[in-house]
Amino acid sequence: MAGIVLEGVGKSYDGKTLAVQGINLTVADGEFVVLVGPSGCGKSTLLRMVAGLETISEGTVSIGDRVVNKVEPADRDIAMVFQNYALYPHMSVRQNLAYGLKNRKMDRAEIARRVDEAAKILEIGEYLDRKPRALSGGQRQRVAMGRAIVRDPAAFLFDEPLSNLDAKLRVTMRGEIRLLQKRLGTTSLYVTHDQVEAMTLADRLVVLNGGRVEQIGAPMDVYKRPASAFVAAFIGSPAMNLLPAVLSGGTVQFGGGRVAVGDGLPDGRITLGIRPEDLRPAAADEDGAFEMPVAYIEELGSQRLVHGSIEGEDVVCAVPAERPVGESLHLTADPALLHVFDAQSGARLN
Amino acid sequence: MKRAIFGHKGLPWLLLAPQLAITLVFFIWPAGQALWQSFLRQDAFGIKTTFIGLKNYQALFADSYYLNSMKVTAIFSVSVALVSMVVALLLALALDRTLKSSKFYTTLLVWPYAVAPVVAGIMWWFIFNPTIGILPYLLDQIGYDWNHGLHSQDAMALVVIASSWKQISYNFLFFVAGLQAIPMSLREAAAIDGAGPVKRFFTITFPLLSPTTFFLMVINVVYTMFDTFGVIDATTAGGPSQSTMILVYKVYRDGQLGANLGSSGAQSVILMAIVVTLTIVQFRFIERRVQY
Repeated sequence: MAGIVLEGVGKSYDGKTLAVQGINLTVADGEFVVLVGPSGCGKSTLLRMVAGLETISEGTVSIGDRVVNKVEPADRDIAMVFQNYALYPHMSVRQNLAYGLKNRKMDRAEIARRVDEAAKILEIGEYLDRKPRALSGGQRQRVAMGRAIVRDPAAFLFDEPLSNLDAKLRVTMRGEIRLLQKRLGTTSLYVTHDQVEAMTLADRLVVLNGGRVEQIGAPMDVYKRPASAFVAAFIGSPAMNLLPAVLSGGTVQFGGGRVAVGDGLPDGRITLGIRPEDLRPAAADEDGAFEMPVAYIEELGSQRLVHGSIEGEDVVCAVPAERPVGESLHLTADPALLHVFDAQSGARLN
Repeated sequence: MKRAIFGHKGLPWLLLAPQLAITLVFFIWPAGQALWQSFLRQDAFGIKTTFIGLKNYQALFADSYYLNSMKVTAIFSVSVALVSMVVALLLALALDRTLKSSKFYTTLLVWPYAVAPVVAGIMWWFIFNPTIGILPYLLDQIGYDWNHGLHSQDAMALVVIASSWKQISYNFLFFVAGLQAIPMSLREAAAIDGAGPVKRFFTITFPLLSPTTFFLMVINVVYTMFDTFGVIDATTAGGPSQSTMILVYKVYRDGQLGANLGSSGAQSVILMAIVVTLTIVQFRFIERRVQY
């Protein structure tokens, strides 16, 4: 068991531009950290640098107390679960699990013991003599996990392991990965583009954008106080409403209403963020209420998402399922739940 | 497969006719001739022809020259298949490692395949010519007396090299395609699993290449048995003392030059049987191509 420390890590493929830059991250021993971001944000590159599958152009990566920049993947004491599982197709499940141990010259009895134990944990005992092609997606996923478990490594690295599964199985496997990691207490670094997966799995989230860290924090902290307009838009489903506005004297003019944002903020152009679930239906004459014409409604079962527009900006509001919605909706928001971002840089102001 | 419906019964036959005609004229008819001829004996002036049944075959299998030719062919085929496949695989692995400038490299490597066998043969004849060739000169410097006109091993080495050279291009293309079909993540997973490059090759890459390897093995054996006529003719003409007299060249020597049509016919029939067998073996395996 060991932590992972990244200091000033950067990656350049052509020697000129940096695909990933200035990453500082400390993953504590036993912690589950999720790297999340849109495609091309550098999250997989970062993971592959930790694994040793990509060279590190700048900075240092340490696993345990050891700098591993020049260490071969095999000697980094990590195990990786790949997006396409990367099971060896010509080997049985048992051979797949044992391969990494055999290469390390472990004795046969110990290999057998570990394989059986992993098979028991993952409930793949009955498939041990099958080839991967005879397994379903979920079973392959388990075998891939098993190959990581038997090694008993210092850290697990997951590269979008659930993205090849169908939606239902993905939810199940998500839960299983979480439980398994808790049970084994192995330090884990997990890459995904799916913010729901990130929110549900992580002890801590690392939101990446354009090769840089936007925010690091516990899922609920990131959700409640996104550090930038990018994070605000990326984390949370349905996505946060982001509206351009002009701030003067701590309030903004908005859809015929006047919304108090808070004191101590400089006047100027801002981006105002409100989560759909923080918009509250209000009486027409309520102070600070604004009116939104309704365009259409999405029924989610547990709630309804009301889509409309205010001053040309699309706005989504989540209301309880049974609440009737007319041609327009009067809304208000608690100032404490408003997010204020700089219109230019996107940095959080409040 | 989609079933086509033809209104008129004659139309399918009409559409098949050109291909059937070609097969008939260039394969079935000569093959039938050879088969028929293999049961006959013709006198030296071609005046009298006698039906002698299987005597030509009996004579062949009692003929030490013919048996020698079979052995030579086996050695030759296996050597060419091995040499050309090993070299092609090494080149393909090299390409797989450095994907930069791969187009240029691939083009150069595929070039020899466009060269006609007899031209390749003549090129090698010049390179290896004991009097004017560059290689015998170099070998002489290190004290080896190269003369494929005198030494059987030299002659065999020459025809193997000349035949392999051309086949390397073909094998190379298939190996490159085969390697690219193996997901990168498998090799990465193996690297994390503690397998070094050599171990990775033998436990992951090579087993996954086995369908390609098997396919190429059959193709190469067929190639060396039948398509190397030009190489042999241009370099050694079967000599010295029959040491490079492969079956297909012997058919030509005995039939065309020796005018022994009966024996030559029987030899053709045997060759035909070999190629049919190889083809069946290949199709059988290709059908269940995925061996993992």
